[in-house]
Amino acid sequence: MAEEKTVPVLKCQHLGIQFGGLKAVDDFNLEIGQSELVGLIGPNGAGKTTVFNLITGVYKPTEGSFYLEGQRMNGKKTHQIVHAGIARTFQNIRLFKKMTVIENVKAAMLQKLSYGMPQAILRTKSYWSQEAAITERAKELLKVVHLSGKEDLQADNLPYGQQRRLEIARALATDMKLLLLDEPAAGMNPTETEELLEIIDYIRREFKISVLLIEHDMSLVMKICERIQVLDFGTTIASGTPDEIANNPKVIEAYLGKDNEEKEAWEDA
Amino acid sequence: MTASLFVQGLINGLNQGAIYALIALGYTMVYGIIRMINFAHGDFIMIGAYTLFYTIPLMVNAGMPAWLAVVVAIAVCALVGVLVERLAYRPVRKVGPMSALITALAMSIFLENLAMVLFGAKPHNVQAIFQLPTIMVGSIALPLNVLLTITIGLVIMLGMQFFVKKTNLGKAMRAVPQDKDASTLVGINVDRIITITFAIGSGLAAVAALMYCSTYPRVTNDMGSMMGMKAFIAAVLGGIGVIPGAMLGGILVGLIEIFVKLFAPGWYEAVTYATLIVILLVKPSGILGKNAGEKV
Amino acid sequence: MDKRHKLSYLLNAVGVAAVFALLMLLFASGIFGTSTTYIQGICTTACYTIIMVASLNLVVGFMGEFSLGHAGFVSVGAYASAIVSGALAGKGLPDVGLFLVALLAGGIAAGVMGVLVGIPALRLRGDYLAIVTMAFAEIIRVCFCNFSITGGGKTMSGILKLSTFPRAFWVMVVCVTVMFLFVRSKYGRTIQAIREDYIASSAAGINVTFYKVLTFAISAFFAGIGGGIYAHYMTAMIPTNFNFAYSAELLSEVIIGGTGSLTGSIIGAAFLSALPEVMREFSTYRMLAYSVVLILVMLFRPGGIFGRWEFSLTRTLGALPRRRKAKEGV
Repeated sequence: MAEEKTVPVLKCQHLGIQFGGLKAVDDFNLEIGQSELVGLIGPNGAGKTTVFNLITGVYKPTEGSFYLEGQRMNGKKTHQIVHAGIARTFQNIRLFKKMTVIENVKAAMLQKLSYGMPQAILRTKSYWSQEAAITERAKELLKVVHLSGKEDLQADNLPYGQQRRLEIARALATDMKLLLLDEPAAGMNPTETEELLEIIDYIRREFKISVLLIEHDMSLVMKICERIQVLDFGTTIASGTPDEIANNPKVIEAYLGKDNEEKEAWEDA
Repeated sequence: MTASLFVQGLINGLNQGAIYALIALGYTMVYGIIRMINFAHGDFIMIGAYTLFYTIPLMVNAGMPAWLAVVVAIAVCALVGVLVERLAYRPVRKVGPMSALITALAMSIFLENLAMVLFGAKPHNVQAIFQLPTIMVGSIALPLNVLLTITIGLVIMLGMQFFVKKTNLGKAMRAVPQDKDASTLVGINVDRIITITFAIGSGLAAVAALMYCSTYPRVTNDMGSMMGMKAFIAAVLGGIGVIPGAMLGGILVGLIEIFVKLFAPGWYEAVTYATLIVILLVKPSGILGKNAGEKV
Repeated sequence: MDKRHKLSYLLNAVGVAAVFALLMLLFASGIFGTSTTYIQGICTTACYTIIMVASLNLVVGFMGEFSLGHAGFVSVGAYASAIVSGALAGKGLPDVGLFLVALLAGGIAAGVMGVLVGIPALRLRGDYLAIVTMAFAEIIRVCFCNFSITGGGKTMSGILKLSTFPRAFWVMVVCVTVMFLFVRSKYGRTIQAIREDYIASSAAGINVTFYKVLTFAISAFFAGIGGGIYAHYMTAMIPTNFNFAYSAELLSEVIIGGTGSLTGSIIGAAFLSALPEVMREFSTYRMLAYSVVLILVMLFRPGGIFGRWEFSLTRTLGALPRRRKAKEGV
């Protein structure tokens, strides 16, 4: 058991970024082991999404570095990081709206298609077999996120909760090792959230991937995360198990100092 | 290059630049407020020039001062600008930036061809409004109307800057592009502001037409598109949406054109365009523009 | 490839051949009398315009980026092919061979130019990209005005008259087919994803820059082939033929036909290039009518007349049940 986990899936060391004079994220350290589910929480504007943008190459870190399975990822482009094994969803859903549901998933499978321009134009055997294979795979993934039967619908015609799940399927299509979920339950009703949790749980077991999750819904975070890291003003103020976090005075202060809504959310949890 | 040739080039460049800057101002104001490149703006100059062509003799015959024709031209251009905005641009604004851009392009083609049908493809000569002498300073010829052009350009530019920064209307104009909904909430009538912006921008095109005609008294149906293109480059170069940027860009393009013409007459357009490309690649928002990345 | 696809390809081939046979029959029957050559000329014009417009649609409709400089690539193809055919003339190559070699040279030259322009320009998007493509096209035009090999700003004449209608037609068919297969492969799927959301595309592992430049180059390649046919049909040309107005004309044909519909480009280009020729007395009003139609299309049908709809012969004939085909997702 111990030998297996020598190399963490994700390791962030003193990661930070500065916009002008402002340190949006500072000295961010995090290790995520295989199949682990870690929560990243914090008040609005704490820098959570910025951490995601750093890890996915949208922003280049100005300090520190991060590693995927021991491989340094700094300065790589987003698509290279995706190929290496980190995929994400977005806080404000970003689907390929005017494409069908299945095309949304297939668009993320470019790495699985080795045919080139001549094969595409001449419609060779490799073209047909590879396209058939990814279609099959895309259908499987849609089944995982409970979207079977919706393959040919236009993506923006799906209800909100299903659009979020389609984003997860698209991320899964990249064959990643680490999945970053940016507020996956935002705007969902309790039934939808429940369904989402099942899916996340299933994905972790079935695909053996690790998950880093940003979430506002405290009860959700407390329920499913194995470890939690709390950000405030770009710095880590606490990390530990859900129980430890719930009783950490610094965390309570960070949250209670904020508006009432957050406070209630905290007390509900 | 001799010093006098240089000074001569400088004066001609400034003259050209002042005209471009005024036109660029129209592009910039419209872009600043609705993020749309108004391709038809160049053709408003053509409309202004034709108006001058027809009204100057009328004014002279009626015994009125010729410069009153400019007032008519400004009114006509402002009216056309407002009409174009109302009839074509406003309905497509909601559809998306691409539709808006295409509509503007179509409007430009429309105005140009309408002018050809109405006035023919032959160039017309515009009567001069001001009969100003050319004075000689040493070996340098200094046409006074060029000086007048530059002065008018500067005065209008400073006036616009003051208007946008200090007056309530100007402040509203700056608020609209920041946040349309919030502007509505604080009681700004967004559509009205856009209409006013078009009226002012198009009126400036008429002034530019006057300045252009005092240097090159020829009116053709396609004069606007060529002028417009250069002025537009000037606006982008300086930073589109920024008023001092239009001024800077206009003067820059004017100077580049005149000086490159001195050395390699066949290449001056290429140099202007190449400058634009280089600036856009180095600083996509132009020299004085502010960069705005997309939020993820 | 299964039986249904084979059938569908066969059907389409038969359909295209039938259209060709019909046109040739009409020309041979002498039904047009003395204007047969003239009408053949219009059809040739339609063929190369279709190639140019369809290739522009790859960038505008499928990739969702605005190019206002397509005429620049057309001119590179036109001049390169004219120079090549001029150099190879009388070297024992049959006319068809010479024609194809010239077109290929034109296409490759334009494609290379597409890469050269695309790499810097495609870092920008939207309005700014539109301006930069326009600027590049103007620079290309000024270069042709100044190089002696391209006539030095004067008319370059004496180009071999190699573009006959049958040749233009079959080159058009091949070009459009290739473009169609391109957009119906991973390439098309990828560039449409980029059109929808470039940030999500890179998060889905797509190398956005690479596919943009690739598409831009392919679009330029076909524009160059179109330009090659143009040059060998007109036999004389001047750089001002390829000015901003020509780019704008090609773009309006794309938009009117439908952004993202090759069918729209084909029908749009064919009609809009043939119509003014047929009604000569209206030629003064041509661009006026164009612009009015364009504005009306924008007001009432912003996606263009055909939107993203594609004609399918097999579907029309009902040879294949529609739903099964859709299910295959091909």
